[in-house]
Amino acid sequence: MFGLEKKDATLLLLVAALTIFAPFLLNPFPEGSAMAQFNAGYPDLMQRFVIFGIFAIGFNILFGLTGYLSFGHAAFLGVGSYAAVWMFKLLSMNVLPAILLAVVMSGLFALLIGYISLRRSGIYFSILTLAFAQMMFALAYSVLTPITGGETGLQLALSDPRILDGGTADGNLPVPGLFGLEMRDSAQLELGAWVFTFNIGYYFCAIVMLLAFYLAIRIFRSPFGMMLRAIKSNQQRLNYTGLNPKPYTLAAFVISGMYAGLAGALMASMDPLAGAERMFWTASGEVVLMTILGGVGTLIGPVLGAGAIKYMENIISKINSDILHGWFAFLPDGLEDFIVAVIYPFIGKGWHLTLGLIFMAVVIFLPGGLVEGGQRIARAFRRKKPDTPKSAKTEPAE
Amino acid sequence: MDALILQILNGLDKGSAYALIALGLTLIFGTLGVVNFAHGALFMIGAFCAVTLNRLFNLSHEVEVPGETDFLGNPLMRDVPYLYDIVGESAGAAIIDWSVPLAILFAIPIMIIVGVIMERGLIKHFYKRPHADQILVTFGLAIVLQEIIKYYYGANPIPTPAPDAFRGSFDFGAMIGFDPNTIIYPYWRLVYFCFSVVIIGAVFAFLQFTTFGMVVRAGMADRETVGLLGIDIDKRFTIMFGLAAAVAGLAGVMYTPINSPNYHMGMDFLVLSFVVVVVGGMGSLPGAVLAGFLLGILESFASMREVINFVPGINQVIIYLVAIIILLTRPRGLMGRKGVMED
Repeated sequence: MFGLEKKDATLLLLVAALTIFAPFLLNPFPEGSAMAQFNAGYPDLMQRFVIFGIFAIGFNILFGLTGYLSFGHAAFLGVGSYAAVWMFKLLSMNVLPAILLAVVMSGLFALLIGYISLRRSGIYFSILTLAFAQMMFALAYSVLTPITGGETGLQLALSDPRILDGGTADGNLPVPGLFGLEMRDSAQLELGAWVFTFNIGYYFCAIVMLLAFYLAIRIFRSPFGMMLRAIKSNQQRLNYTGLNPKPYTLAAFVISGMYAGLAGALMASMDPLAGAERMFWTASGEVVLMTILGGVGTLIGPVLGAGAIKYMENIISKINSDILHGWFAFLPDGLEDFIVAVIYPFIGKGWHLTLGLIFMAVVIFLPGGLVEGGQRIARAFRRKKPDTPKSAKTEPAE
Repeated sequence: MDALILQILNGLDKGSAYALIALGLTLIFGTLGVVNFAHGALFMIGAFCAVTLNRLFNLSHEVEVPGETDFLGNPLMRDVPYLYDIVGESAGAAIIDWSVPLAILFAIPIMIIVGVIMERGLIKHFYKRPHADQILVTFGLAIVLQEIIKYYYGANPIPTPAPDAFRGSFDFGAMIGFDPNTIIYPYWRLVYFCFSVVIIGAVFAFLQFTTFGMVVRAGMADRETVGLLGIDIDKRFTIMFGLAAAVAGLAGVMYTPINSPNYHMGMDFLVLSFVVVVVGGMGSLPGAVLAGFLLGILESFASMREVINFVPGINQVIIYLVAIIILLTRPRGLMGRKGVMED
């Protein structure tokens, strides 16, 4: 189906089903119950899941296939955001031209930066991309203020020309939309105690992500993807067979830069402003974390990693000590205080600590990320069925 | 001329910090072959050693002031550090005043222990893994260390003053024969520069003139052969890791009066220090020091008003620009050896 093998088609359909039914799946707890704070089914967070999913899918095409670790990918996300907001300001609030320009601009930047950075490999490549991204951040923050809005960021204004739209009737700032569908519009469905929100912006991002995911599968399975893997496994041998790896790596770099630009444009489409902090190196580090956490070089891994990190960032960080006390209220007082004191550093504002520990554990024990973890569990279960548990123990699933 | 000297002086203190951190990074890379992204966190931990010692000295209890009452008629209470009870008031006040330099003694054992635990507990298992894995795991460790510090000390910068004797500035210009008030330089920055020169000198002397240093240098050149000669090179490299951590920690201790320490200072310095290491040449100790001072001074030149007017924004990007140019034209850096990490 769609030129995919059966296994990949199943994966694509699975991801499609998950994203389409995400408003249900992410809201498993009834509104107003104690567990409702674990619901992630609100539009803002769901949009972030898919947008960062796109970013990570793109990053994985570079890092997962070629092994080149870029520490400056957030720069392209920033370029995409700025380009999209400029399109909103100058041309129209329709998201399609904004996305188009964002992808083209980030592709051009990626072409330039990639052409220079890919002259080196290994840690030198990482430092070069980091240096370029930090330069772009510093410039966007200071000298390029007329283009980027500097510290306040780039925002819409009523006085913007917007050639195709003209002014708004009611004198309010216009909102991004797609041929009349406003991105911020939502429909709500109440089923008993449950409230499900269906947001147009989320579904738009989800469709874009599915397209991006489909494209990534095709790239992974294509001869081009094969060539990228060859670069990762042994570049020297590739050279000796008379192939020049440079155009392939550059193409991968540009493609992943365009993915980042697409993610940036979608971020701007959901909330039409762009700031320089999106290009800071910690943002580049975040996408590295997502990809590693989910599973480098796997198809679904980066999406999982992006979802896990964004979930932690938005849900775990909201738990405070009162909520913890509420959970452990059934324990005797001394024990309750002790347990809360033990858990407290890892939640709320300390969620970065949890993230750091999980990330270290993944790098040390599960270099394949969550995907490898899932595969190991699945394999362990599959082995147990035909064999007795004893023989499964003697042959650990490595 | 005086403006030039002023900029060079201004660049020296930042350059000293870059040089010290880059020196430690290079020591670790040169001996163990590990790219340590947690090195900035060690710098930060050093700075927080100074904060901790300052707080320890200031632990106090309430004492009645005899013969005085507050406006309600209750006896007036005053906080008196325990230190005053132990060594007397004037000596106690002096010790508190000198807490930052004293923190050097406090930080050295702590940093060495932290470094050795880090190497034996974590990094040891990553020698055979690719450099990307080393970067990632130490990056994760840096996040963890940073968050632990943030949990215990809060997110705000903690001002830690220099001793009274070194507060304020002096007129450096008048001392070397320029007009008065042209070159004003804070005392502590000069102290920091001298301190870093001493530390750098000590590290080089240690490597150059002791048997231990000789073995380490031999190990850096050819680890396997040294091992075959019956020397336990792993143990010495672990000690070197501890020393590198101590160097970073001391750089942090002494930096606290210049910049109030906060939990992300390590990350801020780390990115730049990596650029410094790469510019100096991966694995070259003199290169790291040279590049540290060079980039510090270059950065301060780029912040001169005349330069900014000529090329706007250059002060923000100069270090990265230099790094890009060096990497493209001379990939092994200013003083790097051929073949180090070029694969």
